[in-house]
Amino acid sequence: MTSAPPGRASALQATGAGRYADPLFKWAAITAGVSVLAVLGLMIGSTTADAWPVFQYQGFVDFFVNDEWRAGFSRTDFTGEYGAFSFIFGTLVVALIAIVLALPLALAVSLYITRLAPRRMKGPLAYTVELLAAVPSVVYGLWGLLYFVPTFLRPVMELLSAALAPVPLLGTFFAGPVYSTNYLAAGTVLAIMILPIITAISREVIAQVPPEQVQAAYGLGATDWEVMRKIILRRSFPGVVGATMLGLGRALGETIAVAMLIGGSQRWGLSLFFGGDAMAAHIANTFQDAAPETVQALIAIGVGLFIITVIVNVLARLLVWRIGRVAGDAAL
Amino acid sequence: MYSTTTGTHPGIELRHSPVGGETPRSEVPEQIQSAVFEIEQFGVSYAGTPAIADISLRIPAGEITALIGPSGCGKSTLLRSLNRMNDLIAVATHTGTIRYRGLDLHAADVDPAEVRRRIGMVFQKPNPFAQSIYDNVAFGPRLHGRSKGLDDVVERALRRAALWDEVKDKLREPGHAISGGQQQRLCIARAIAMEPDVILMDEPCSALDPIATLKIEDLMRQLREDYSIVIVTHNMQQAARVSDRTAFLTVDMEAADGQRCGRLVEFERTEKLFTQASDERTEAYITGRFG
Repeated sequence: MTSAPPGRASALQATGAGRYADPLFKWAAITAGVSVLAVLGLMIGSTTADAWPVFQYQGFVDFFVNDEWRAGFSRTDFTGEYGAFSFIFGTLVVALIAIVLALPLALAVSLYITRLAPRRMKGPLAYTVELLAAVPSVVYGLWGLLYFVPTFLRPVMELLSAALAPVPLLGTFFAGPVYSTNYLAAGTVLAIMILPIITAISREVIAQVPPEQVQAAYGLGATDWEVMRKIILRRSFPGVVGATMLGLGRALGETIAVAMLIGGSQRWGLSLFFGGDAMAAHIANTFQDAAPETVQALIAIGVGLFIITVIVNVLARLLVWRIGRVAGDAAL
Repeated sequence: MYSTTTGTHPGIELRHSPVGGETPRSEVPEQIQSAVFEIEQFGVSYAGTPAIADISLRIPAGEITALIGPSGCGKSTLLRSLNRMNDLIAVATHTGTIRYRGLDLHAADVDPAEVRRRIGMVFQKPNPFAQSIYDNVAFGPRLHGRSKGLDDVVERALRRAALWDEVKDKLREPGHAISGGQQQRLCIARAIAMEPDVILMDEPCSALDPIATLKIEDLMRQLREDYSIVIVTHNMQQAARVSDRTAFLTVDMEAADGQRCGRLVEFERTEKLFTQASDERTEAYITGRFG
């Protein structure tokens, strides 16, 4: 019985601007999604292309395991020696120190904010912690170099070194002399820098723990501490690992603050008080004066850093998956 | 069929006898011999607004006591005060006293965790932990330092909760992989594994279907042998079916200070409360005229 109004083939045809909006939005979204992949692909492609001759010259494996780095000055050839192990070691050690220091603190802060803090303290506290993330890293570097390390950390480091250096085996990690810039100084300031991101995500994850389960545990006579340990942390474990990974990602890539605090010696050492260098920090410190061959070698360090970050992330995912399977927990 | 040779009064057969009940309702003594809780002038306020006030009653040991009343009358608040679960609400404050077996529950040296170990709780919604069935039941004993003989503890608790036969082959499966009714019995087993003295149940069947509800009610009658039970229920038939005594609370609309606040109206043997309530508000509620 229905007949098409004038100008339309069928009564059921769409009218108005609305009929263009859906396809338009769809294509805009597809473009946005693809462009992310394109940028990443372009970056990997071009850096790998630049780094490839360095890997060929030095040997791919040798680049990662050799600790001899001697910048060359040629415009056309490779003349230096490019073994990046010292920087890789520095990056991993500093990131590890940062995580070891930041994770317990971040968990304690998140638990305090979500479970223990008085109601009117929660908001301001969470906001303050997140504000730490807004401080530029160069400011952290300066503050660490000029104030935090000499005033607070150095006396602690000297104490640690004096007390532990004579101990057999363990002493290796605390051997002096102690200066203001070293692995531990960089790692400690880095810990403060990654605290906000770990705290923010842990806090979200902890807030997601079903209140019924918390109640059930209290109902069985659990104390606050037992509820946190046996229910909340257990349940939030996968999310906390995720938060740690984001923190670790930032710690591995952090450049300026680490460059200012790590020492910059192009060598590596087992002592926490060794002044070494890290991958991103070394790039930042040297690329301005580098000859073309060395610039390529620095790009190779960048590719190496990317590879290490990917490996660390894959390992973390395996860890979450493995522990999730053991716990038999479907809440992943 | 009754036998006249035993000398039983013939009329006894006509009295209501609860299904599977170990103690016929008629034998619930008029007077309370020993009280597990003595509640005196007890009130709770949330951020200064009273939720319940002026409640005094003695909850008997070894019986099932039901708390009934319309929404908002504070029956859950009262129940949660009995093992100090209400302490977890930061803005809650109380007046008056509750004595548990003669001890003041709110005395300064009382540890709420110790209170809750002796006075177990089953919640409205089944809330097993995201762990295996075994670990759920073993949670409490482990919490209190027990590590040996857990298998026995778990089996005994599951048997006591009438769940053993249904789960004995899947103890390692997650606690939330069984049906809602089974989950609630798992939560009861988890409470029993603590060997408590009292079990508090906060509308334990409100999230369950009728068949699962009947199973829990049967279970409650069995548990009555060993535990004192206090149950909050919205379901008056349930109170009538399972409880020995019933307390009726209501929201006092005409309070002197004009605030809505839960008060105790009547506390009686269940049989009496449901057949000859002495307060007209009780009768109005149980006959379905409000609530």
